[in-house]
Amino acid sequence: MAEPLLAMRDVRAGYGDAVVLDDLSLEIPEQGSLAVLGRNGVGKTTLLLTIMGYTNVQRGAIRWRGEAITNIQPHRRARLGIGWVAQEREIFPSLSVEENLTVASRPGTWALPRVYDLFPRIAERRQAMGNQLSGGEQQMLAIARALMTNPALLLLDEPLEGLAPIIVEELTRAIHRMRAEEGTAVILVEQHAQVALSLTDQALVLERGKIVHRAGSQELLNDAATLDRLIGLRISASA
Amino acid sequence: MADMTGTALAPQLYLQAQARWRAIEVAFWLATLLPFVLLPNYLVLASQIAITALFALSLDLILGYAGIVSLGHAAFFGLGAYTAGIISKFGWGEPLSGLLVASILAGTVGYASSFIIARFRHLALIMITLGLGLLLHEAANSAHWLTGGADGLQGVKIWRLLGRFNFDLWGYTAYAYSLIVLFLVFLVARRLIHSPFGLALRGIRENSVRMPAIGAPSRSHIRTVYTIAAVIAGVAGALLAQTTETVSLEVLSFGRSADVVVILILGGAGRLYGGLIGAIIYMVARDQFSGINPQFWYFWIGSLLVAVVIFLPNGILGGLAALAARWRSRS
Repeated sequence: MAEPLLAMRDVRAGYGDAVVLDDLSLEIPEQGSLAVLGRNGVGKTTLLLTIMGYTNVQRGAIRWRGEAITNIQPHRRARLGIGWVAQEREIFPSLSVEENLTVASRPGTWALPRVYDLFPRIAERRQAMGNQLSGGEQQMLAIARALMTNPALLLLDEPLEGLAPIIVEELTRAIHRMRAEEGTAVILVEQHAQVALSLTDQALVLERGKIVHRAGSQELLNDAATLDRLIGLRISASA
Repeated sequence: MADMTGTALAPQLYLQAQARWRAIEVAFWLATLLPFVLLPNYLVLASQIAITALFALSLDLILGYAGIVSLGHAAFFGLGAYTAGIISKFGWGEPLSGLLVASILAGTVGYASSFIIARFRHLALIMITLGLGLLLHEAANSAHWLTGGADGLQGVKIWRLLGRFNFDLWGYTAYAYSLIVLFLVFLVARRLIHSPFGLALRGIRENSVRMPAIGAPSRSHIRTVYTIAAVIAGVAGALLAQTTETVSLEVLSFGRSADVVVILILGGAGRLYGGLIGAIIYMVARDQFSGINPQFWYFWIGSLLVAVVIFLPNGILGGLAALAARWRSRS
């Protein structure tokens, strides 16, 4: 049986001595996708930071294609193929769009022409500085920059937060396309549960740093009562 | 799609395009030859400017490009100066090998201290670099038997350059030597800045925590550029010792570290030419102001700095770049 792309076993992690995630196990196969749902402050971002290597793992193991990566540094995880789009976007403000992308470039199928094709809006603004972009453009640039590292797994931390519906639609289409064309695996943390579930195959719900529910994304999307109970989301009849 | 892909460059090509020489750069370097013809009485000053520009260039690599604020950069300048001076005092006055030994020693100390530097940012970094600078200054002061302490290093005698060119009183050899070294080091720095490593440094300056997430080891890059900057500062210090045949404690002083920061801010940090332009303006201003008012010339330097920071927050080159951008957008 093939090794999963990423596997976490009984992970306890946090910042310093503070524990945020506990007893957390998950697997994501090659080209798989996972939505991480939960209310604010339950540890969703910490989960992504832990995968990226920015937290203190006190117990458990993280494996990448069967190899232990629990103790390796973030830049080595990025080189293995883990891409991360932070919630704050963290565009380099005084670098141009083109430089923001070029600085992340690693060999692979994602290069400037392809990311510009995926995000025509940032192609038009390639000479603009990072701090001259709108929120939506910054988010596109953040995703495009992560793609330039040619990741096998992309961690997306609330990529749709605070964006206009038309931009949300554009980003959703791009994520769909990216998955369809390259089969990039995705872990998506998102408050827009319906969008997240429509973009992924599997879903889990976190509560106080622990996984309290796992299901297929479609199944959970159709389970209005569970969604309401776990994350307070009421799905309207028309949804 | 075709129209977008047609103009998008591969990363290497993009960086090569950025590294293309512009006419104004060629003009600048040709203009550095003018003192030989137009200002032969100022070649000593011109040589000091070239050395200061080299020192400022080394600071630009760490401060302007990697965001490492240092108030102790004179430590490497002084190390280079004392190394070149001491080996000449003890019988080896050949300038090029002296330059090499000085750069190696400064680079070695730079590399060793880079492990501390890479762990800190902001205020802590300022304090640490300041502390390292003061530490070395006092070490040189107390090692009187080697450095001459407060009396300065006596007996520095530099041989002819390439066995042929004597360091004359008018400064022809000194300026030519300093200018050639500055140009060669500038070429290396320019190449470095227009490489993926140089771009990564700018990313580190913007967000050193974020860079590892796109595969760039921030600390390792900081260690590398800090070592390179130390080597260049060491070369600048050695040049000063060789062209003036004197080394005093001032080469390690806080004042020299502060001056080079001022020079870089004047010219514009993170622009390669900022340190060079800043050095020209600062040194000429100092020469003129001290001629007009020998006791209070720093007052005018201070006024110049305040004016630049208020009206041109990105330095003179930053201001000129903004003007040029405005002019282009109008036309």
